[in-house]
Formats: sequence, structure tokens, C-alpha cells
Amino acid sequence: MDTVTGYVTGVNGNLVSVEFEGSIKKNEVGYIIVGDSRLKGEVIRVTGTSVSMQVYEMTNGIQVGDRVEFTGELMSVLLGPGLLTQVFDGLQNPLPELAEQCGFFLKRGVYLDPIPDRDWEFTPIAKPDDVVHAGDTIGSVPEGIFQHLIMVPFGLKGDWKVKSIKEKGVYNVRSTIAVLRDRRGNERELSMVFSWPIKEIIDCYDKRLRPDEPLVTQIRCIDTFLPVAKGGTFCVPGPFGAGKTVLQHMEAKNAAVDIVIVAACGERAGEVVEVLKEFPELIDPKTGRSLMERTIIICNTSSMPVASREASIYTAITLAEYYRQMGLDVLVLADSTSRWAQALREMSGRLEEIPGEEAFPAYLESTIASFYERAGKVVLRDGRIASVTIGGTVSPAGGNFDEPVTQATLKVVGALHGLSAERAAARKYPSIHPIDSWSKYDGIVDRKRVEKARSILRRSNEVNQMMKVVGEEGTSAEDYVLYHKGELLDAVYLQQNSFDPIDAACSPERQLREFDLLYDVLGQSYVMEDKSEIRSFFNQLRQEFLDWHGTEFETPEFFAQEQKIKDFYSEKTVR
Amino acid sequence: MQKVYTKIETIIGNVVTVHAEGVRNGDLALVGDSYASVIKLDRDLVSLQVFSGTTGVSTTNPVRFLGRPMMVSFSEHLLGRVFDGAGMPRDKGPALKENMIPIGGPSVNPAKRVLPKQMIRTGIPMIDVFNTLVESQKLPIFSVSGEPYNQLLARIAMQAEVDVIVLGGIGLKYDDYLFFRDTLEKGGAISRTVMFIHTASDPIVECTLVPDLSLAVAEQFALAGKKVLVLLTDMTNYADALKEMAITMDQVPSNRGYPGDLYSSLAARYEKAVDFEGAGSITILGVTTMPGDDVTHPVPDNTGYITEGQYYLRNGHIEPFGSLSRLKQNVNGTTRDDHRALMDGMIRLYSAYKESMEKKSMGFLMTEWDEKLLKYGEMFETRLMDLSVNIPLEDALDLGWEILAECFEPNETGLTTRLIRDRWPRREALNEGD
Repeated sequence: MDTVTGYVTGVNGNLVSVEFEGSIKKNEVGYIIVGDSRLKGEVIRVTGTSVSMQVYEMTNGIQVGDRVEFTGELMSVLLGPGLLTQVFDGLQNPLPELAEQCGFFLKRGVYLDPIPDRDWEFTPIAKPDDVVHAGDTIGSVPEGIFQHLIMVPFGLKGDWKVKSIKEKGVYNVRSTIAVLRDRRGNERELSMVFSWPIKEIIDCYDKRLRPDEPLVTQIRCIDTFLPVAKGGTFCVPGPFGAGKTVLQHMEAKNAAVDIVIVAACGERAGEVVEVLKEFPELIDPKTGRSLMERTIIICNTSSMPVASREASIYTAITLAEYYRQMGLDVLVLADSTSRWAQALREMSGRLEEIPGEEAFPAYLESTIASFYERAGKVVLRDGRIASVTIGGTVSPAGGNFDEPVTQATLKVVGALHGLSAERAAARKYPSIHPIDSWSKYDGIVDRKRVEKARSILRRSNEVNQMMKVVGEEGTSAEDYVLYHKGELLDAVYLQQNSFDPIDAACSPERQLREFDLLYDVLGQSYVMEDKSEIRSFFNQLRQEFLDWHGTEFETPEFFAQEQKIKDFYSEKTVR
Repeated sequence: MQKVYTKIETIIGNVVTVHAEGVRNGDLALVGDSYASVIKLDRDLVSLQVFSGTTGVSTTNPVRFLGRPMMVSFSEHLLGRVFDGAGMPRDKGPALKENMIPIGGPSVNPAKRVLPKQMIRTGIPMIDVFNTLVESQKLPIFSVSGEPYNQLLARIAMQAEVDVIVLGGIGLKYDDYLFFRDTLEKGGAISRTVMFIHTASDPIVECTLVPDLSLAVAEQFALAGKKVLVLLTDMTNYADALKEMAITMDQVPSNRGYPGDLYSSLAARYEKAVDFEGAGSITILGVTTMPGDDVTHPVPDNTGYITEGQYYLRNGHIEPFGSLSRLKQNVNGTTRDDHRALMDGMIRLYSAYKESMEKKSMGFLMTEWDEKLLKYGEMFETRLMDLSVNIPLEDALDLGWEILAECFEPNETGLTTRLIRDRWPRREALNEGD
């Protein structure tokens, strides 16, 4: 096919109008040639012989008449071994390699190969004459701690027969490892790499399942009270300074999944750097290897071009779906989906579309819904179960959840971890609001007991409100104890110190054990009438629990402290 | 060859259009004597934003395209000088023409950033102890008009150990400009300062160039190995100028009239704060005045999502609630072992004090616990929060322990037993202090 070309007729921000001849697809990628650099862009509107392209780079220096070359392909990413541990921008450009080539600053128009050019030890799985379909495994290579499966490209339609496949051995990632032939005799050479358009769902699986298995994050508040399920979705809205990113980093570190993909979308570069510098040093207790070996970072920070910010979210989810095809559990953490929505808004404004609420485009809700719907737990064709879980942060303007992005997100997610500015201001971390948040998934603790604990929290909160009106002296001892029970639950269970080496991650076994004890404390009646006695009793109890958090699980100190707590409170219980 | 166009088609707001060919997006032009930049191309119709405004621009004014984007001169000669928003000298010095560098350059590759680890000591306990300022951080001071934010900014500038100070005045009152100049002169800091000052009476377009000019210059100093502190006051004026320009250009407003790309525009500036590996660093302190003390107003709201924390300036002191330095964790783990725990503990108690205050104001009986909190809160406010307190971090931490010991029993503080054993002041020591 001939390359379709055109020329620039206008520039408005990152929207460029191009006059073309020939045939053009919507969402096709084109390059604008400015001097000796080629700026990538995507066709987002076609009118007659003119198209509007959103350019993924700064548009300074473009002039009317500049040549444009269209590729005939949709915006795609390359899939193959070697993606793990890498840091990409929204267009899958490897940033460290870019830095080697261009120095401190990002240089526009430089696009590098995301798949490292190296050899892999290939083990064939398919045999000649096997009939294969898109997504079927033909072989594998060891990628770090995983068996990276080499699959038939997802875009191949119909039945294909393996004509030849390489023996076990070491091959370059781009060399031909198999040849397929279809019924009509068309042949297709396969390497370990193929491309896939980011806005299309990878659905080469047997069927989707209901997300019913908890995804352990080792955060007490989430695992016990607001659980997340493998293959489920959750959102974390919160005003600035409420600790969204710290929470996401905790999840990225401790979540019990195989692969974590962090999509830093329009957020601070410094936060990505924290992950970059910290993760290689951290050891994943499950595998004993560096956390980075299970991580991919997609990083399109706030000062990088807006259009590629929009792409970055899709790049992340596409890579996640790719690894799901290998039978792995993948967690995508997108921070923040509001910046992505704002990128949509900026483009919509430039296109002069009729604005919806707060100038967001009318298709905002459906776009958000179709993104979250790409999560899911699936049965692959060979019977293995795999999942993609999506956690997205939302940055509502003014911390007000009644804004379009939060509302559109709440409609489609399975759990809400709403962060509260008041809790953050009082240094109560994680600042997830325990009463306003909800989850539709089952957690590690029996739902009934969780509900009971929550009701204590709720009533404690009511007593607190009431005390503000009638004062402590107007409150009955019974209510006063109830109030302190809620405060205790909050202080020693919901709050967790992410900077403490032990408390930062609380294993499910430990959570069950701590919850059991705490549940017993909350369920007891106490023989105390005097308010200052009650207060100092609970203060001491809190202190003992906090000291308990500081002991290593199942060590003698742990058991000793547990016993100390039991002895302490049982003295005061009504028998 | 420079071609001169003499037929201006439209003049709307600060934007003029002219038919011209071979013009590049973002290029600089001269409309009459005023600089202008190309903001939009539509076939041969070029839209130009005129820096000094379009008042008095005639349709026959000559338009010359300079074939290069907006640039600023960079050299050591900048130090001690004052420029306006178009980069022209505001003092009596000569205009600088050598070593021109483009402004608003590309952003730093995140892979090249390093984790900030260096604390910037200011001698203000509310900053050093509770919300430590870190090299390469970007922090705004949220304030209502009338608060002494420029004084605070000037004091931090004088006390912080940096090599170069770049002051970007955006819509600055003339008095405030003189205040900064005099303070820096008196403190002997003027010789390491560059000022880009746009005063409230200058043309609005120039206002939007000040952050870019300041940061472009700061970036060059940082690349040359200098620790640079950039002060921007007041970024709300910058945002308002963007709003004004966007609306005159018929852009669809998103929130309270501000353009949809307000977040991206602010982020592109604040994200220039960086620590270059093997070279210098840029730290940005901005002022964001909150119209009507409303933090949910689009400007402080968007700013808060971009910056690494914020200082709230209210009633003449930095508020412990809401104020936040996100990078403090990077440094306060190594200052002293009790720093983090003490910081959190004291804030928790101060928050309890606020609740007791509320109860008191509603006329409730004060319990023994409330009385303790009230005593604590007052001591906290006078001995630590007051902006005139000027002590090093270590002294401030010791003072914190003393205040706790004077008000509470150890188990009331929520601090771990180990810390209390190590740090709780003994009674005798306290009595000696008295």
C-alpha cells in the first residue's frame, strides 16, 4: 500500500489540521515532518479531505505546508518479552534509553524501540501441524521470574496451521521463530514481538468470571473493611494532600499479584522517581526478587504533552491484558484518571465540541466506563485463571465528589476508597474514610463481623457528634465507652503507619489475628463509670496495641504483647 | 530575509491576525515596536499575541517575523539585574543580547531525576519541624490577600542556603517590588538575585511570560551547578491572565471561566523544579492567593494537585492543618530519630486542642483532659507557631518535648514507649530550665 501523505494547513495548540489525498482511517497515526524531526500524531477527526490530528508533542515550530506521512495503523504498542522492569512514557518510549540518548531533557520526535534488542532462550510448545488461533501459545521464554509466553498475534483471524517452528535454543527477539499458514495458503512469519492497538480490548480468552477472590494489599483498612477483588475495579478519589499517591505506592508494593503496572498519568514526576529509585531496592517477599522485576511503569507526568497523557492510560491497560493472556494476575494502578479526563477535555475544547458538565465532553462517562470494563477475571482457553485489576485515583476539583469524573467513575467501579481531607489533616493514615467508603467484594474477614465493627464505628461517630453539642458531662458512661471503642478501632486498626518497617505491611494472617482480639475488645462491656478512668483505660489500651504493631509477627514478643493486652482489658470486663 | 507585512486583518483583545507565509508556530514577531508570539496558524492567517497589548496598534503597523521563538539572554551578568516581563531591563543597566536561550523548553526526563534528599533549613519551626522544605521541591504558599506572604517569602529567601535566587514578580504591586529589592539589598543577597518583575500596571501578556523567563534562567544556572531558589509571586495573577487571554480568544471555559488547560499550564511551570544529577537544582516557592479564602477555587485547587504540598498562611502564621510538605519523608528520617514521631504526635494533640477549644467556646465544662490540651495548645502557638520564632531544627525538637512534658503524662501522648524512654525530659531538667 502506498503511504498516504498530506500537508499542514493550520496549528492550534496541539491540534493540527492536515490536508491529505487518499484513504485515511480515524485514529490512524501520522508523522509531521518538522526539519529533521518527525512528530507523532493521531487522526481524531476527518472532514472531507482535511483531518484534525492531535499531536503527541509540543507543536512549536510547525509551519503551514509541512509534510505529513500517515502510517495506516492505529496507535499501537509493541508486545513481547523484555517489557517488565521498564519505564515508558505514554507512547511506550523507554525513558532511561531516551535519557542516554538525549540527556536531561526530553527531546521531541525521538521514538525508541520499547522491546530490548536481545536474545532469549526459546522453548517451543506448539508442534508443526498444530492448529492455532490468535492468543494461543506457541512457545515460551524466561523473562525474569516469569515464563513469558510467546503467543499467536491477537489480530490473526481464523484457523492457522503451524508450518514450522524453531527448536529449543537462543534466538533474537526479532528473528522468525515460527511460520504459520492458513487454509488459503497465506503464510505468516512470527517473531517474539507483535503490535496491538491500545484502544482495542484483548479478548482471546474463554470467558469472564465474577471477581470473587480477595486481592490482598496488606493494608488492614482495605483487606478487612473495604476489600478489592482480583479482576475487580476500585477508585480512590480524594482532595490533594489526602495521601492518594502514598496509598497507591503501598498497594503497588504489597499487593498479592504477579505484575503491577503503574500508570502515572499527568501527575508529579517526583512521585514516579520515588517508585523508580525505591522499587529496585525492595524485595518482594513472595519471590525473593526485587519488586521492580514485577513492575512496569508508564509515566506521562504533568509537564509532558497532554495528548500522550490520554494514550498512557490505554498503553498501561493493554500491557496488562497482554500479561493476563499468560495466566498472570495483573494490577493496574492509574494515577490519576482525572488528568486523563482533563486531557480529553482539552482536546474536546480545541475541536470546538459542545461541552458537557464543567466543559468535559459528553462522551466522558462512556469513555471512563469502557476503560474500567477492561478489568476482569478470566478463564483462558487452556483453563488457567488470570485477572486484570484496575485501581484508579480521581482528583476531584475542590475535593468535591459531586463532579463529573468522580460520579462517572463511581457508576462503574466495585469499590470506593474515598479519602478524607479531615483525616489526612489529623494525620490519620491511610486517610480512607471508613464510613463513606464502600466495597461490593468479599474480604478476608467474615462480612458479618466487619459490619458489626463498622456499626460500632458509626455509632461512635454519632456519639462524638452528640458530645459536641451536649458535652462530655452530658454523655452517659455507656455512650462514652462506645465512643472510645470506635476511636480505638480507628487508631489501632484502620490507621497504619506506612513508614514503619513492620506496620507498613500487615499479612492477612496477622490481620485475622489482630481483628479477632480487637473484635473481642469491642464486644465486651466494661465496669467503669468514671470518665477519666475510661479515657485512661482506652489510652493505655491504644498504647498496648500500637506497641503490638511494632512486634514481628509470631515472635515471642508478639505473643507476649498479645497476652499483655488480653490481661489488661479482661481485668475491667463485666463477667 | 525578513519580510514585513503591513496589513493587520483583525485586532481582538491582545491578538492580531495577519496574512503571512512561512511562519512557524510559537515564533516571535514584532508588531510595531512590541514583541508578539505566534499562537495559531490557519492556512496563511497567522494569529499573534502582542505582549504589550494592542492599545493603539494600527492596521497598518508593520509586522516582522523574527524566525525564532521567544528567548532570553543567559550569563552571569544577569545577577543583580532587574527585568520586565518581556525580558527588557527595568533597571538602568544595558539590555543583554549574548547567549540567547529559548524559554518554555522541554521538560526533564523523569528517568534523569533523582530523589531529593537535601533539607533546606529555614529556621522557622513550622517549616523545619512540621513541614520540612526540601531541595528541588515545589511549594506554594496559600494565603488570602493581606497576609504577610511576601515577607515570609523574603525571609525564606534570605535564610535559605542557596546560590542563586530568581524572583518572578507577577502582577506585583510596585511597593512589594521595592520591598523585595530593599530586603534583598539590605541582606546582601541582591548580588545573587535575578528579578523578572511584572507589576500590576504592566501589560497582561507579559505577566504570563514571567514564570517562563524566570524558570528558563534558573534552569541554566542549575545546569551550571548552582542551587537555585525561584520565588514566584503571585501565581493567581498568572492564572487570571491566562483566563483573560483564553476568554478573549473565544475558548470554551471549564471552571469559573478558567481555561481547560489551566492544570497543564501550571504543571509545566512548577514541574521545572528539579535536582539535576551531578549539577545544581531548582526549588520553587510560589504564592497563590486564594480569592475569598476558598481553597476549592480552581487556582489553589489545581496548584495543590501539582505541587509537593503547600503552606497555609493564615492569621500571620503557618497553619499546622492543611500545610504539608510531601517531600518531608525523604529528609526527616535522617535528621533525628524522634523527628517524625514527635511531629505527628504534636499535631495530633494540637488537633485535639482545637476540638477542646470548640467545646469551650460552646460553653461546656472543661474536663481535666481538656485543661491539659488548652495549656498545650497555647504553649504550642506561642512557642513554636509564631512566625518570629527563629531557631534551628534540633532546638525546636527539644522544645517540642519540653512542651509535651510540661502538659502531659507520657502515655497520653500516643508516642511509643521506646521514644518516651529516650527523649522524655526528666523532671529535674525541666526544673533547672525554670
